Parts: sequence; structure tokens; C-alpha cells
Amino acid sequence: MMLAPRLLRLLAALPLLALGGCAALEHGVMNHAGPIAASHWHLYVIVGVVLVAVAGPVLLLTPLIAWHYRLSNKRHAFRPKWDFSWTLEGLIWIPPIGIVIGLSVLLWDYTHMLDPYRPIASGQAPLEVQAVGLDWKWLFIYPDEHIATINRLTIPAGRPVHLRLTSGTVMQSLLIPRLAGQIYAMTGMVSQLNLAASHPGVFLGENTQFNGKGFQDQKFNVVALPPADYPKWVGQARASGHPFDADDFAGLFHKSSPSQPVVFSSAPPHLFRQIIVRSQETGS
Amino acid sequence: MTDGILPAVLGRFEWQSLPFVRAWEHPNASEIVGAGAGAVVIIGAILVAALITRLGKWRYLWSEWFTSVDHKKIGIMYIVLAFVMLSRALIEGVLMRMQQATAVNSPGFIAPDHFAQLFSTHGTIMIFFMAMPFLTGLINYVMPLQIGSRDVAFPVLNSVSLWLTAAAAALVMASLVVGRFSTGGWSGYPPYTELAFSPGVGTDYWIWAVTLGSVGSTLTGINFAVTIYKMRCAGMRLMRMPLFVWTALCTSILMIFAMPPLTVATALLALDRYLDFHFFTNDLGGNMMNYANLFWLFGHPEVYILILPAFGVFSEVVSTFSSKQLYGYTSLVIATAVITVLSFTVWVHHFFTMGQAADINAAFGIATMAIGVPTGVKIYDWIWTMFLGRVRFTVPMLFSLAFMMTFVLGGFTGILLAFPPLDYLAHNTLFLVAHFHNMLIPGLLYGMLAGYHYWFPKAFGFRLDEKWGRISFGCWVLGFYLAFMPLYVLGASGMARRTQAVFEPSFRPWLYVAGIGALLLAGALASLFVQLWVSVRDRKANRVFAGDPWDGRGLEWSISAPPPEYNFAVLPQVNSRHPFHDGKRQDDPYAPPRAYEDITLPRNSMTGPAIGILAAAAAFGLVWHMWWLAIIGALAISAVVIARSFARDVEHTISADEVQRTEQRWLRAAANAAPIPRELEMTSANQGLAEVSA
Repeated sequence: MMLAPRLLRLLAALPLLALGGCAALEHGVMNHAGPIAASHWHLYVIVGVVLVAVAGPVLLLTPLIAWHYRLSNKRHAFRPKWDFSWTLEGLIWIPPIGIVIGLSVLLWDYTHMLDPYRPIASGQAPLEVQAVGLDWKWLFIYPDEHIATINRLTIPAGRPVHLRLTSGTVMQSLLIPRLAGQIYAMTGMVSQLNLAASHPGVFLGENTQFNGKGFQDQKFNVVALPPADYPKWVGQARASGHPFDADDFAGLFHKSSPSQPVVFSSAPPHLFRQIIVRSQETGS
Repeated sequence: MTDGILPAVLGRFEWQSLPFVRAWEHPNASEIVGAGAGAVVIIGAILVAALITRLGKWRYLWSEWFTSVDHKKIGIMYIVLAFVMLSRALIEGVLMRMQQATAVNSPGFIAPDHFAQLFSTHGTIMIFFMAMPFLTGLINYVMPLQIGSRDVAFPVLNSVSLWLTAAAAALVMASLVVGRFSTGGWSGYPPYTELAFSPGVGTDYWIWAVTLGSVGSTLTGINFAVTIYKMRCAGMRLMRMPLFVWTALCTSILMIFAMPPLTVATALLALDRYLDFHFFTNDLGGNMMNYANLFWLFGHPEVYILILPAFGVFSEVVSTFSSKQLYGYTSLVIATAVITVLSFTVWVHHFFTMGQAADINAAFGIATMAIGVPTGVKIYDWIWTMFLGRVRFTVPMLFSLAFMMTFVLGGFTGILLAFPPLDYLAHNTLFLVAHFHNMLIPGLLYGMLAGYHYWFPKAFGFRLDEKWGRISFGCWVLGFYLAFMPLYVLGASGMARRTQAVFEPSFRPWLYVAGIGALLLAGALASLFVQLWVSVRDRKANRVFAGDPWDGRGLEWSISAPPPEYNFAVLPQVNSRHPFHDGKRQDDPYAPPRAYEDITLPRNSMTGPAIGILAAAAAFGLVWHMWWLAIIGALAISAVVIARSFARDVEHTISADEVQRTEQRWLRAAANAAPIPRELEMTSANQGLAEVSA
């Protein structure tokens, strides 16, 4: 059972490997680092294999038939008035419908299984994080730890993370390709995203929805720490950062990207709510 | 006093609105590129005007072309517009590829704000001012000929549609010279495009350009649909219409129902920006999700508005160049109709990531995959059309074959994207950019270019140069693969679209390959222009005045090339799906009719160009808050419409004698032409008369 997906994975990767620069793909879902992204990739491979079977005949038949029936080849039959066959009609309508029905079942299952709102089954309670898309940075609030960061999402490896997202400005979209798919962050609304890292590491996160001239800079690192190191990091954050104050609140809405990630040793309890309210105030 | 007058006259205009002033004040690469583009527009316009003046052609252009309501001339003007806009948008595409290739951990040469204008204009132009005019032009030219009609149902409205589209395109061009264009992408999502975040003129340019274009397209859709319903010649039942007419009909229906949501969306956004409404703002209960739904309620059918006419072209081309009846005509008609209906049921797949329930996403994902079935059927129908045929690899046929193989790859990635979970990863990345270019370059551009090569001899009376056509074809295909296959890899690696700078060195080789591909695509376009030049130069050797260079099957091939103003001396009567093909085999299609009659045609009208110019002026006034101009423009448009309604003398008659002279000249030429076998159709021996066999 385990061998098949691995083999398929290898097969799917081969043509890309052959092309050379596979280093790029290490940043994407192929090099998944968590259970959600792993399921995404698994689905990719299944659908990809089915589609090779679907596209293959067209890719073969088109050049073969065009070439065989070329004008200069006098050795083939020519039946200019032949334009219909029930057998062929059956072949071009029914199998594709069958394949789409089959894929639909798969699609229905996986869409529900990988619903970004669906909690990840785990023995541990998820880490709650509130993410706010701003121009051109991300604010992460840890409501249970009472700390916050800008442009750095630190999580414990192995434990599910439950993100609640909103935007303090225009619409944005949060994507961490090696951990999970993206979801929009919209002003006045809260969307959710569940993800987890299965091992420690540093993964790129980004906003993928264009939001102005600092858009390309709106990237951050997700740092997945070994489970035991996470409480240490929280302790450090509380000890070393400075508390989030009114100036920091105003600073969130300045259009800029900080050159370094920022850590706040404490965050007001209703910061997330406050941002949602402020973003809908008149003139914003 | 001057404080009050200047702003009232000039609105928001200031010296810094001119790119030349900006480049003078901040002479960096980005501003110089912008000023250069503005200069190209101005110098280009001056050169064209000077050339026309020198040749003394102003009166000719005005009376023979601009005011013409002949569907053939309007069709050609649409396609000229499409090529002009294609040139600009393709250069923008190349600039973006060059920027990203040079911007790996470095700023490159185009500033972020300028880069955002590039992708916004590139998308807006390619969809609204390249693709739409191209297909509208092609349908305009070909469809009335194919159904045996002398014009469209509403010839003056046709001219109004053209000039509204041209006005909208002119507005986009004006943004190069005065002010800036929107940075909100071709889809213009609020709240980013609201005043709070985009206070400048850019978004307003976008709003009014798209609004004028969408109104023009709605009118075109109505015009075409009525033409096809009411103006078919005797015996042309629905199920005898050429496939291109079927796709034109379905596209028209889509235009009628899909353009209004866009007009509404841009109008509501305009209300937000001009009159302090709050449809899509962050504050006071605005909700941008409504915009996303309205926009894609237009946006997805739009994809099929673009692709269906190309499907029609391929159906004609594959059948003609296989010397064979189209396989599965009924299947193709059903598939076209199914696509038309289904195209209204999939719009949510453009925002699977908006956080709606899994049930909704899954339902729209399944609907999306369902469209793959009729599309696949069509591809097989074309394959079986070649089967047992005699395939000639002419330029249109090469485009058709390249389309079939490339489009399937786009369908492949389209099904991947139809899976909501996979879309969560690929949305907003270059994977998506690669996918829709993979659909639209073969599915629209190859189709339009196939149609251009196929019907050009009909429109102008001489064939296009084969050699340069093949060079161009090679560049279009190779360029496409090099430019867009790397984007799949980059997207799968998580690279976001619309990003001015790149921070991942491992992306560099892929960006280089894509950059080379983009340059090849520019070469492909240049080859098309060289081809046109060479073909015009050698036109005498390649004349096909007799009118049937490809052994064609439909009515459009049964008349001279170029066709006379009245198309058909006697309106044809048909009794099969391929009347001309059968006619050639049953009796003499070049026999003169028993008698000629007077033919009444609509007279030229300046209503179209007048409305176009006034609409452009009014829109320009709205963009720059020059209220006087907007008001005068709007009032003047009403005046023109009212004045037109009083015009009595709107028809002119071509006498039977003149028709007879014109027809006899053609029939003599046809009688003197040597019929040629298909082996010689790409040579100068082809005078437009086909040797009839089988």
C-alpha cells in the first residue's frame, strides 16, 4: 500500500527532474512538510495519473492521424462523406463522462477532507493563532500565550495549528506552500485555516493576492520548532520583546514591510477584534 | 480667480501626470520605459497622421472605412484594432518576463508600481481589446457570408459597437501619455480599487475603458444573435449552419447574458468612487465578495465567449484542409450548446479560497470538470474529421493541430485546478497564470490566427505568404512552450503571480527560459507583420480573385475574393450543410443567374464614429474629473442618437446594371482561371478555382 504512492510520486517527478532545475520545486508542495500538504500532494498524483491516461490518446492520435492521412500519402482510404459512427460517438461521450463521475467522487471526498476549516485530527489541542494581513506584512497574535509577532510564525512541530485570519486593509491571501493551501483574509470577516508541520524546519509563507507596491516583500518564515523548544521560544518572546502599545497599533496601518521580524512580549487580549472593528470604520 | 478656473477646466491634471515630466524629474529606468512608451504612442500617432495626409487618404478613410456600415469593413477594422492592441500587450508581457528574470534578489529595471500597471494593462488589453475585437471582427466578416446574408441585422449599431470598442481602447492608450493606468489587475478587485487604496486616475481609466468595451460587446451580441436568427438565406436551417455560425450564435448569447454583470460591477465600483457609495468598500457595510461574484459571473462565460469562436474556426479549417465533411456535426452542435449553458455554472471556481463551505466548492468543482466532457468531444470530433481524409498542412491547419495538442495540456491542468484542494495551492500563483495562458493562447489566439490565414484571401483577394506564416507559427508554438511551461514549475514551487521581484535564486533558470520564450513570442508577432508586408508586396502573384483558394465548403467561398459590397448578387438558396462543396459537384457554381436586380444597402453613417469619439471624450472627462467635458460628451451622444432617428435617407441602391458588370467581371475571371488540384494550393498556381474531384 505504501509503495504505490511512493512509486507514483517518483514517476510524476521524473519528467521534472529531467528538466534540471528541480531545486525550485523544493519550495513547493512536492516537498511537503505537514499532513495537509502531504494529502494535497497525494491528490495531485492521483489526479495527474488519471489525466495522463485522459490526455494521452489525444496527444498520440492527433499527430498520428494527421500525418498518416496526409495528402501525399496515397496508400490510405479516402472517404470524404464519412462523418458519423455510433461506436465512436459512444467512445467519445461515455468514457469521459465515466471518468468525470469517478473524479467527482474523489473531488467531493477530498474537498471535504481538505476543507481548510476542518480541524486536524490529533491527540493535542491545536495551537490557536490569529493572523492579520496588513500592508505589507503579517501580524500573528497568539491569544493563549498573549504574545504577538510580525512576519514570523513560530509553531511547534507535530501539533496542529488553527489560524483565524482577517485583513486590516485590502483582501489578501495567506499561502504556506509546504504546509497547506491558501485562504483569503478579508476585512471585517474571519476565515480559518488548519495546518501542521510534521517536522521542525523553516518554511516560506506569503501573501499571494496583489495589494500594492510592497506586495512582493510580503513574505515571512514559518519556523516549526521541536515540541520541547516551543515553550522556550514563548518564554524568550515574553522576556526579550517589548509590549505591544498604542504606537505599535498605529504602526500596523503604515504601509511598510519591516526589514526584520518583530516580537511583542505581550499583546492586548482583544487586539484581533480591535483590528476588525477599526478596518470597517468610516474612511478606512 | 485662476485658482478656480484651471482646476475646473483641467480637473485632476497636473504636470506630473505626463510621463515625460516624471522621467525628467526622476530619470530612472522605470520612468524612462514609461516615457518611452508614451513617446511611442505620440510619435506613432503623428507618423500615421502624417502618412495619411501625405497620401491624401483622409477623405478615403472617412468615407470608405470609418463611416462604413458594411459588416466586412467593420470586421476588418476590428481586426486591425486587435493587432495594434496585441502589439502593445505582447510587448508588456515581454517586459514583465524581462523584469522578473532580472529581479532575482535585485530590483530589476521596472519599479513595483509600474510593474503593476504592466500586468493590469496586459490583462485588460489582451481580453477586452485584443481577444474581443479579434473574434468580433472575424464573426463580423465571415458569419453574414456564411449564412448567405448581405449584412448584419443592425448595420449602424454594428458601427456603434466598433467605435465604442475603439474609444475604450483609445482610453487605455491615452493612459500611457496622460496619467497612469490601474494597478488593480484586469479583474480590478475592490477594496484595493476603491478610493481609499487607489485614489489616482488609474482605476478610473480601467473602469471606463472596460465599461465602454462591455457595452459595445453587449450590443454586438444582440446584433449577431438577431442576424443569425432572422437573416439566414432560404434553406439555411439551424442544423445546416456552418459550425462557425453555431459558435458565433452561442458566443452572442453568452455576450448578451454575461456582459451586463460586468457593466453592473464596474458601474457600482464607479458609484463607490465618484458618489461615495459603499457597495464594495471596507466601511459602512460594503462587501467586496459581491464584486467577486458579479465579476466572475461575467468572467467565466467570458472565457467561452473567447474560446467558442475559435472552436468554430477549427471546425471549418480541419474539415476544409482534410477535404472531408466534419465528423459528428450534431455532436459538435450539442457540445457547443452544453458548454454555453455550463459556462454559467462554474464561476465560483475563480475564488475557491474565499472560505465558503466545502459543499459549495465541491459542487462548483464538479461542474467545472463537467465542461471537460463536451470540450473533449470536440477535440475527438476534429481528430475523426482528419481520419480517412486528405490532410494538407497549411498554416491554418498547423495552428489547428498545435491547438489540439496544446489545449489538451491546458485542460489537464484545468482539471487539476477544478479540484478545490489543489486550487488552494495553485490559486494566485504562476501555475494559474500558466494554465490560463495555456488555454487562451491555443484556444483563442491560435484559433484567431488560423481564421486570419484561412479567410484573409477571401477578404483581400490574395493569399498570405506561406514561408513567413510557417516561421511565425513555429515562433508562436515554441515561444508558448518556453514561456509558459516554466511558469507551471514556478507556480508549483509557490511563486505568487504579479510579483515584481523574486527572492529565490533557484527560480532563476526557469525565469530565464520563460524570458527567452517571451522574446520568441515577440518574434512571432514580428513575423506576422513581415508576412503581411511580404504578402502585400507579392500580391499580384498570389491573387485568388475567383474566390475559392482552399476548395471550400460554405457559401463564403462561392463569391469573388474580395466579395462585392452586396456579397451575393442573388441571395442563395441552400439544401445541405456544405452548399458550395455540393454545388461544385452537382452543377456549375459559376453560372450567371437568370437576371440581376437592384440591390438596396444601408448608406454610410457617421453615427458610429461620432458616438465613439464623444464617448471617449466623456470617459476621459470622467477619469480626470473634467466635468464639463463629461457632461458635454454625454449630452452630445444623446443629440447624435436623436439626430440619427430623424435621418430618412439611410439606404442606397446599386443598380442591376452595375451588379451585372461586377458579377460578369468576376465570372469571366473564374472562367479564365485554371482549376488546381490541392497539391498546388500553396503555390502561385492557385487562382482561387478548385479542381473538383469526388
